[in-house]
Formats: sequence, C-alpha cells, structure tokens
Amino acid sequence: MLLFIGALTIGLILSLLALGIFISFRVFDFPDITADGSITLGAAVAASMIVGGAHPAVATAAAFVAGAGAGVATSIVHTRCGVNRLLSGILVMTALYSINLHVMGRANVPLLSSRTLASMAEDVGQFVTGADAVNIAGWMTSTRDLSTLFFALLIAAAMSVLVFSFFRTDIGTAMQASGDNDQMMRALGVNVDNMLVLGLALSNGLVAVSGALLAQYQGFADVQMGIGSVVWGLASVIIGEALVGTRKLGLVVTGAVMGSVLFRLLVAVALRAGLNPNDLKLATAAFVLAALVFPGIVARVRGRAPVTDVKK
Amino acid sequence: MLTIEGVKKTFHPGTPHEVRALDGVSLTIEPGSFVVVIGTNGSGKSTLLSAVAGSIPVDEGRIVVDGVNVTKWPDHRRAKLVGRVFQNPFAGTAPSMTVAENLSLAAKRGRARGLGWALNAGVKREIRERISRLGMQLEDRIDNPIGTLSGGQRQALTLLMASWSKPRLLLLDEHTAALDPKSADQVIRLSEEIVKRDRLTTMMVTHSMQQAAKLGDRLVMMHRGVAIHDFSGAEKARLRPQDLLARFEEIRRADLLDQSAAAMLSRTYV
Repeated sequence: MLLFIGALTIGLILSLLALGIFISFRVFDFPDITADGSITLGAAVAASMIVGGAHPAVATAAAFVAGAGAGVATSIVHTRCGVNRLLSGILVMTALYSINLHVMGRANVPLLSSRTLASMAEDVGQFVTGADAVNIAGWMTSTRDLSTLFFALLIAAAMSVLVFSFFRTDIGTAMQASGDNDQMMRALGVNVDNMLVLGLALSNGLVAVSGALLAQYQGFADVQMGIGSVVWGLASVIIGEALVGTRKLGLVVTGAVMGSVLFRLLVAVALRAGLNPNDLKLATAAFVLAALVFPGIVARVRGRAPVTDVKK
Repeated sequence: MLTIEGVKKTFHPGTPHEVRALDGVSLTIEPGSFVVVIGTNGSGKSTLLSAVAGSIPVDEGRIVVDGVNVTKWPDHRRAKLVGRVFQNPFAGTAPSMTVAENLSLAAKRGRARGLGWALNAGVKREIRERISRLGMQLEDRIDNPIGTLSGGQRQALTLLMASWSKPRLLLLDEHTAALDPKSADQVIRLSEEIVKRDRLTTMMVTHSMQQAAKLGDRLVMMHRGVAIHDFSGAEKARLRPQDLLARFEEIRRADLLDQSAAAMLSRTYV
C-alpha cells in the first residue's frame, strides 16, 4: 500500500514534467533536452532557498522562474544564434549542470529537517483527521502519506487546468498554431520566434516546479536527479496519448497526467517484481523507442501509411 | 496603396546558380484596385509577391504600403497591413486546430494577443455567420479540426481568414493552382465577391489566362524580373485569353531571336 501511494504521489508530481514535455515536444515539435537540467535546477533552487529559510511556496515559485530562464536560454540560442534545436538544448543542459552545483554549493542538499510543502501538507492532514493512520479498505495507511498524495493531486489538477486554459486564450491558441504551422502564423502577424521563447519558458518552468516538488517530497535535491527526465516525460506523454486515443487538447493534457501516474505505477510494479533498478533507464528508453516505432509498423502491416500530421 | 520602387532581388548571388528574380520592378497600385500579375515561369511574379509580403528580403528598392515604408519590416510585422493566401492550400491553416480556432487566430491578425478567451460566444457567433456566408455548408463543422477538410474548403477558409479584418492589401499567390477545377472556380468566385464587397486593394498572381483575362481591373505581365506590359481600364476589359497567349508568343519569339542572334554573333566572332 505504501509503495502504491508513493508511486501515485511521485507520478502526480512528475505529471508537471510531462506537461512541460508536452508543450515542447508536442506543441512545438521541439526536442527540448533542457528539461534534464531544468528539473534539477528547480530542485536545487527550491532546496537551497528552503534551507536558507525561505517559505517553501516562495521557493517553489522561484524554481518556476529559474526553469523559465533556462527555457528562454535554449530558445534564444536556437532562434537568435541559429543553433540546431537539439544542440541548443544540449548546450544549456550541460551548462546547467555547473550552475546547479553552484546553486546548491555541493552535490546534494538534504531537506529532511526543513519545513517543506510536503511536511506542511502532512501537518494539515494530521490536523484535519486527528489520527496518525487512516483505514482505507482494510489497509491502515499513514495520514502523512495520504496528505502528500492529496496535495500532489491538487497541484497536478490545478496545473493541468491552468495549462489547458492557457491554450484556450488568444496567446495560447497562437502558440499552439505557431507549432502547427509557423508560416501561417507569420502571415497572421505573430512573431513565431517569440512564441517559441514563451513556450519553452513555460515548459521548463513547469519542469522546474516538478523538480522542486520532487525534492521536497523525497527530502533532498541531488545534482544527478534530472538524468533521463526528458525520456521519462516523453514516455508519460506517449502513454497518455494511447490512453485517451486522440490529439484533442483537453484530453491530451489529462492524458499526460494519467500517463505519468500510470508509468510510475508500472515502474513500481516492475521494480517490485525484481527489475534491477540499474536497468530502469534502459527499460524506459526501450519502451519509448517501441512506442515511437510500433504505430508505424502496425500501419505498414495493415497496408496503409501511418497517420502523421500534415507538414508544411 | 502599394508602391514598389526599383525592387531588385538576386538569389544565390556570386554562384553558378545566380538567378536575378527581380530586376528593378516598379509598380504603383491605387487604393481599391484589383491587379492581376501573370508571367512566364521564372519571371519573378511569385518573388514579387513574396517581397511585398516580406517573406523574402529585397536587395534594393523600396516597398511602401498605405504610406508606410515597410521595406525593412519582417513578414509578421507587415501582417498588420497585408493579408495573404498561399498557393499550397495547406499552408494557410493550422491542421490540428479546429475551424473556429483557425478563424479566431485570423480575427486577431496583426493585433496584440493577450489572455482573453480565444473563442468567446461573440467571436464564435461571428465566425459561424461569416462562414455560412461562404455558402459551403461549413458552418456546422466549425468545431472539427481544419485538417479534415478538403483543399478547396481550406483554401476558401484561408481566403476568409486573410480578408477577415479588411487588410490594406490582399495578396493572392496562385491560390487556386493546386485545386481541382471545380474548387478552383469556387475559390475564384469567392475571391471576386470578397474583394468587391470589402473594396480590398488586391494583387493576385496567377498562371491561368482565363483568370487573368476575366478578373481584376488591371493586368501586369512580368518577364525576366521586370513588368513588361501593364494594361488597365478599357484596354484591360477588352483583353481575352487569346490576346494574352499572343503576347506570350511574342515574348517567346523575342527570346528565340535573342538566342539565335547570340548564336550567330558567337559563330562570327568567337
């Protein structure tokens, strides 16, 4: 039960990563590797600020700003300096590794004795229920774990609604269309370069918040924690798309959150069943590869071209 | 409304692939007039349109739209003044977004976009109304992704989008060349209607002699990067496709003569 609740909580926290990856990979078709660095950046900024005495909510907000900055850096390197998309992300990600070390001052910042959003949620939960454990369908479950789960659910829901609403506004639809057909948007008076800057800022801001929350939940920030995040987020988005079976925005956003949770559960089950934790990233990469290649093979076997978006 | 002065554009300068696409074009278009541009392949007619739209920078010359010198403006900035329909029917719309979303994007052309809802009730009502005026039975499909519509339907909607907020200048870039004859007819009819109704200053590039003869109140024929003929008024009204073909034949003969003269000169002197 503890394993299950833990997996759900981390899945919900990482759904913000999935939302960020959705914006860069799906809305802009921009393979933004920066996320590997910006998730750690978010964790580093939040952890250092919390240790320094800042309110955890302020520290999390600061993580968003820092992540957005990383996104701006990548998009500027691409749009203003004309560097290839993938390479701009790699450059910023690499630079972030040093920056993260500077932000933390060392490779690892523990938060176990600090007041974090997670510990605050636990306090609220204990205050409300007045008990240390709650009986759920015959399982005695710690109130602390349940409160953090509930808190993560609230955050994930709020962020999905925010992202969905944003893509319903004038600027949000313009952003979506810039990714879909940039030639058209230039003809309609939109500076598509600036749209990309804004989009990657938003994307990496969300990713950094995900890192900040993860650090507060697991009780530490570590300079290595971001490795593989992009693939992880992409796996969530792909599972989400398979779950909802459409490219409709509202459903895809919901799907990304569900995909993140489901993927985390799958990982928990696999580890429980004896998967060597060292093989986890290999398995994740293999899964994403399969998910990317499989639909094309199925379509070819069925004798028709795979359904792809119309490209200009 | 549009003044083009001595505009030059050379692609791949200084290489064996050098192409002098525009060789000092000058053209003034009065407000409210509908100018058709025709020309042989490689005559520079599409380049001229792209230069006006701002999607390619020019080497020399000036482009003035509605009294504003826009020569140095990027295309997204010119969109404030200029509406555009592309040759490729898929180029003017965002395929994964709905018909209504696409049109709401066009309704904000060249204006600041903020955090207001893109599709509020008022906008949606107006979109439905304007689409129903097209008479293509598309008003019940405004919540479908625009990518599910045919090329002709998408081109008609692109036309509606380009003309939505009455641009100072409407550019039509061989916008029926990629359509089947029936859709092409329909889109041409709509273009005529919209241009006439909103009295839009229009510049249209076409391959079709029929369209060139029938549409517009002025016709410019381009060859080798310059405007070689310019018909307007009664002279334009009298033009028939055969006359245009005859002009093209003249150009071809002149070219042949040039070539044979060059060949003769080289035989004699080289």
